[in-house]
Amino acid sequence: MPSQALDNQHFEVVIIGAGMAGLAAGIRLALGGKNVIILERHNASGGLNSFYSQAGRKFDVGLHAMTNYVPKGTKGTPLIKLLRQLRIPYDALDLCPQNGSKVSFPGCELGFSNDFAFFESEVARAFPKQIDGFHALAEEVRTLDAFNLGSMPTSAREAVKRHISDPLLEDMIFCPVMYYGSAEEHDMDYGQFAIMFRSLFFEGFARPLDGVRVIIRLLQDKYRSLGGVRKMRCGIQKIHTNGDRASAIELDSGATITADKIISTAGAVETARMCDDQSANAASDNIGQLSFTETITVFDKQPTDFGWDETIIFFNTAERFRYARVEDELVDPTSGVICFPNNYQYGNDRQLDEGFLRVTAMANHDKWCALNEDDYLAQKAYWYEELQKVTLGLLPKPKGGLNLDEHRLATDMFTPRTVRKYTGHLNGAIYGAPNKIKDGRTHLENLYLAGTDQGFLGIVGAMLSGISMANLHVLQGD
Amino acid sequence: MTEDQVKQIVIDIINDIAPDEDTTDLKSEVNLRDQMDLDSMDFLDIVMELRKQHSIEVPEEDYPQLASLDSCAAYLTPKFNA
Repeated sequence: MPSQALDNQHFEVVIIGAGMAGLAAGIRLALGGKNVIILERHNASGGLNSFYSQAGRKFDVGLHAMTNYVPKGTKGTPLIKLLRQLRIPYDALDLCPQNGSKVSFPGCELGFSNDFAFFESEVARAFPKQIDGFHALAEEVRTLDAFNLGSMPTSAREAVKRHISDPLLEDMIFCPVMYYGSAEEHDMDYGQFAIMFRSLFFEGFARPLDGVRVIIRLLQDKYRSLGGVRKMRCGIQKIHTNGDRASAIELDSGATITADKIISTAGAVETARMCDDQSANAASDNIGQLSFTETITVFDKQPTDFGWDETIIFFNTAERFRYARVEDELVDPTSGVICFPNNYQYGNDRQLDEGFLRVTAMANHDKWCALNEDDYLAQKAYWYEELQKVTLGLLPKPKGGLNLDEHRLATDMFTPRTVRKYTGHLNGAIYGAPNKIKDGRTHLENLYLAGTDQGFLGIVGAMLSGISMANLHVLQGD
Repeated sequence: MTEDQVKQIVIDIINDIAPDEDTTDLKSEVNLRDQMDLDSMDFLDIVMELRKQHSIEVPEEDYPQLASLDSCAAYLTPKFNA
């Protein structure tokens, strides 16, 4: 429906954002019989986890691996809970487990897979003196209440140092955990660390053969089949307030709608700044500082043809691992994530037709966004080459003398500018604000947050966030 | 409506929201959470379905009344027959 047709309409719940969290919240509310609408500024669903086509080829944004993978029927785990809440059958996700991944630091590598015992054996091999501490850490992470740490340190670095005394092993544990979900620089909340550690190492990685679009389409179709309404290319101009309540939502088109309750997945600071009782620079101390760039290379061979068998490689080439805002350059190529989407167990002779190599590294949002168009393209080309050099330095030499340049079909790259366009996050901050709002409450009594800034991490976390906020603030006690 | 019919309605709802749980040998007097992998989010769904399918309202303070099939029947049967 055209935005103008929305003018003066009333909804029980308006959801801002059609990413994983917004779609999941929408499904819950539609299941609960609510009159609900999802508004999305962009023309595609998925938010950070989206996809696009270029020259007839489909590329994923976001998803390297879906974390939290457990086999069908594994009780009490986040993935199984979320599927039940959304009433989506397990098999519909087409989750195919990873081959195996590793953490690669100077002079030391640790393999891990969806079997935690393998990771333990790798730590015991490379760090024999640390293994007792590692077991103690794993046991603590397995049992702690992530939302109520009690007397434990809130700093994950401090908490881990109680068990691990070798800074190299400490950094090698933090590298994947931070890259897959920390909005905080240098350190993270121990509860969030525990959630991520479980989702990466106790559970594991998987991917649908057709990538993130499988998940987005499932969510969209489910929402639609329940009668949920969704409006694309529909940005929010302003949330009007009256005392402690949001009274109306003004759309970019000029239309105004009203709602009993609003769930925003736009981000904590971004949402506050939509409200007409807040200044344009409200909450400036809680803007995320971490943005990423990613290169994508397409080959006419499979990665395994080159001898590259891992699914994901988390790497660091510097003496200490630094997870923080990039200061002086456009990109910090000293650490990052290498992903081969082909290297999952797709089964039944299924495989992606072409080989893909994705390389992610931290990047400076302000510098990328300040470039004019010509410089932007030139810098993309330059940093593509730099990141390829780093990557090829880490990977084994191509098998059988294969020359990479002869097998490269296409390349692409996204930058913090792209992230900002897809997510609307200030600073192109992939993981949003450093201080998470765990109860989802805002300064207005009928406006709530879900998604990245509510503090659940990853794709499964984003969906669980939408589910739990819809349950807590709308469906419970209804 | 009899208590047995109400129990069957609750079992049907559980089959609907948790299709991979086995509901064939549920003991009426034992807590549902001790027999199946159900959490508070699942009980919210049982309440949601009672409202949607049968227009039965269960206020949040009464959720503990849904602990077992027996307690469900005792609590819900008067509501179905009201």
